[in-house]
Amino acid sequence: MRDRSFTPGRILIYLVVTLFAAGYLAPLVVVVLNSLRTNEEIAQGSMIGWPQHLAWGNYALAWSGFCVAETCSGIRPYMLNSALITIPATIVSTLLGAVAGYAVSLWRFRGDNWIYGIVTLGLFLPQQMRLLPWTIVLRDIGLINTLTGLVLIHTIQGLSFTVLFCRNYYIAIPHELIRAARIDGAGFFRIFWRIILPLSSPILIVTVIWQFTHIWNEFLFGVTFTTGQQQPVTAALIALSAAVADIPQHGVQSAAVIIAALPTLLIYLFGGRYFVRGLTAGAVK
Amino acid sequence: MTNAASTATQPGRSATSEAVRRLPEYLMIWVPLLLSAAHLISFSIWTIWISFTPSTLIPVSGWVGLRNYTAVLASRNWQIAFDNLLLFGIAFVLLSLITGLLLAILLDQRIRGENVLRTIFLYPLAVSFVVTGTVWSWLLNPGIGIEKLAHDLGWTAFHFDWLVNRDMAIWTIVIAAIWQSSGFAMALFLAGLRSVDADIIKAAQIDGAGPIRTYWRVILPTLWPITITVVVIQLQFAISAFDLVRALTNGGPGIATQLPALVVYDLMFQRSQLGRGAAAAVLMLLILLAVLLPYAAWRYVQRRQANHA
Repeated sequence: MRDRSFTPGRILIYLVVTLFAAGYLAPLVVVVLNSLRTNEEIAQGSMIGWPQHLAWGNYALAWSGFCVAETCSGIRPYMLNSALITIPATIVSTLLGAVAGYAVSLWRFRGDNWIYGIVTLGLFLPQQMRLLPWTIVLRDIGLINTLTGLVLIHTIQGLSFTVLFCRNYYIAIPHELIRAARIDGAGFFRIFWRIILPLSSPILIVTVIWQFTHIWNEFLFGVTFTTGQQQPVTAALIALSAAVADIPQHGVQSAAVIIAALPTLLIYLFGGRYFVRGLTAGAVK
Repeated sequence: MTNAASTATQPGRSATSEAVRRLPEYLMIWVPLLLSAAHLISFSIWTIWISFTPSTLIPVSGWVGLRNYTAVLASRNWQIAFDNLLLFGIAFVLLSLITGLLLAILLDQRIRGENVLRTIFLYPLAVSFVVTGTVWSWLLNPGIGIEKLAHDLGWTAFHFDWLVNRDMAIWTIVIAAIWQSSGFAMALFLAGLRSVDADIIKAAQIDGAGPIRTYWRVILPTLWPITITVVVIQLQFAISAFDLVRALTNGGPGIATQLPALVVYDLMFQRSQLGRGAAAAVLMLLILLAVLLPYAAWRYVQRRQANHA
């Protein structure tokens, strides 16, 4: 159909996509290069330039020596916070979403469509409508400014996505399969465990990747409900930029930015296919 | 539960013990679903209620009618935020659509390295808005970014100070937002282009249509449904944009890049104006509904047509 030879038109196409690719990559390249330049070097020139000698020390400093507010422990504790929030919230919301998605798609009960409709409202409702109530709930149950509080929020709010993903996937599983198993006397969990879960790996991977990326990158709840040493890394990065506004330390800050972005970037690089599937699944709500 | 009818209670077991046996099942289904549904409904209603009360530092009951709303709507903060949202929303959505469509069409030309290019165009989506905002705040900062680089290279007349220029600062948010999410438009458009029936394209080519004409007349018209979906999702993002602005300009210089989500946060947690903050949040919801309700209606009509066809 379309040929692969190098006509002027095709050279133009390659030229344009290469320029675009360079533009998309530029911010990443700039930050990676800066993370290897000393603060003085950046201060003398601009943020854009080659490192004169590789200043690997930036990473050590960003990881465990850098000061955010009064504490000089680098971004390590905040990375740990993010991990302690993201991993349990991802696992629990995915598991609950799988069970609930299976229940609303294959194990019909009275009012299931209504409940499902309300749960998916969570995809659209602005977070700002839920900020004050969460503040009050977290304070009343004593979880304000705790990692557990953020795990709770992300688990409950994440259900809107996980139930949607799983339900849309399970709805395509033939009902006969379930009916046959029920005639054989299998109950809700037995069917889930023996029939549904073994079929679920594609959707579970998508859901886990989506939830992990979302929760890791989340900022509004992190900054609203936690302070100081309890903050996730996104909130800490903002505090860090504000803290060093007087004496810029762009080399170390760049290293911190790279470290903070690394978990989701790695997931994207290794699970790109599933990441994109999550994006498009989220789009066709 | 419908399965109660089909799985007969075993002999010798009372109805109570049957219910106890199936308790975990009920808990696993109902607790998460009800928690999710209940918090969405009750939290929203509660916020709407607070928006009609005189609450300031703490929530109090009472009724002030629309006073919080008129106060928010009359504030300079909100007016600037709303104007910015209009400009940012329209510019960002249009430009990211054009960029995404252009990239998708280019990638659709059976070029080498398509996978690598797609990976490059999509990776910003995996990065948090905080990181995106921080990095672009460096690049666009005239003192250390692109302008400084141009000056260092000897091009001293070069001027690019949008980040600190009141009139242009909102465009820096447009730039960063396009960099972040035009890949999303590209991914959806590319999927759309790939699903166009090859026979239709061939028929157009046999009729003597060139590539541009084929795209314009045959392929692009099939992308309408995807375009609308992309527009709605990008608008949804624009309306709730918070992290990106917080990291890039923090609403500044002054309040030049204020957006509704920042106004809500400011009222609720910095000025302790809970009633007004809630009113601003409800206003955000109304803006969102102005986008989502027509979309839902359109989807409904589409589905009905599909069912009749």
